[in-house]
Amino acid sequence: MPPRLNIVVPVKRVIDFAIKPRISASQNAIETNGVKFSLNPFCEIAVEEAVRLRESSKDLVESITLVSAGSAKAQDTLRAGLALGADKATLIEIPAIDDSKSLELEPLAVAKLLKAFVKKSNANLVIMGKQAIDDDSNQTGQMLAGLLNWSQATNASKVTVDEASGVVTVSREVDGGTETLSAPLPLVITTDLRLNTPRYTKLQDIMKAKKKKTEKVSPEDLGVDISSRLEILSLSEPPKRPGGGKVDSVDALIGKLRETGAI
Amino acid sequence: MRFKVIRQYKQLLFMGREYPRGYKYFRENLHAGFKKNAGLTDVKEIEQKLKFAEYIEREIAALYYVRKYRAMKQRYYEKDN
Repeated sequence: MPPRLNIVVPVKRVIDFAIKPRISASQNAIETNGVKFSLNPFCEIAVEEAVRLRESSKDLVESITLVSAGSAKAQDTLRAGLALGADKATLIEIPAIDDSKSLELEPLAVAKLLKAFVKKSNANLVIMGKQAIDDDSNQTGQMLAGLLNWSQATNASKVTVDEASGVVTVSREVDGGTETLSAPLPLVITTDLRLNTPRYTKLQDIMKAKKKKTEKVSPEDLGVDISSRLEILSLSEPPKRPGGGKVDSVDALIGKLRETGAI
Repeated sequence: MRFKVIRQYKQLLFMGREYPRGYKYFRENLHAGFKKNAGLTDVKEIEQKLKFAEYIEREIAALYYVRKYRAMKQRYYEKDN
């Protein structure tokens, strides 16, 4: 009996990629008031990949479950993922420390939460984004694989599943080029930008997504301690770029270049 | 037919929220575009206009995707020389 994939896709709600993050007036956090949030681009690619696996072969995928750890606002992100084609979603609700910001989860805490959730849902494949565009850790997938003691294939640019044997072949983007790995299930895959082109959601799919099942759990339900081990000492914007200047003639240009020591 | 047109309009309006030149600009042009053809009665003509609307939908989705892809590529991948 060929294995059926029970896929979990963890997703994260991040500040939209097109927005420049600003530091809030109190100088110790990123300004989130009135800022547009959306589904992390790499997570979007992960959801799309899970849906494509289902579309590629009739009985291959049994279910696609989304999971996200964050404040109640992450429900919007989960709904976006459901609209892309996932079956159900679970929110691991993290209570806000105070009104202005919710507890920032560290990759290890997220990995522990995901491990507990994955075990609970009996999944055999995790597809997730390689990193979030807000903290750029690129750690959670790897840590999760370690905690679960599963194989991992990160920075995937192509995924194929052999239905008969349940062996997954993944092409990875590495510095020197492309590396191809294969491993039997269970497996953690993290997505690279070039894995696929996510579809744009249709309004009807968003309406249909409202009927799909969403659950809420707490870190206590999963038995995980999410306290931070790292302390943010300071937060600052990158130094402003010094203004450029204009010159009137080639001689002036050469003069300026000599001044700065370029020639 | 009327239902299809309304649905197409709603879909495009929904997509307009992320338009780089602003939702207001997008909505004005979208509304004007649909209003202009509101008087059509020939089924063939309407279907042609609907096909055009679908084309615009694909173009906008492509615009959004390329924008996002390029931003990600620029931020996370070294310039391949």
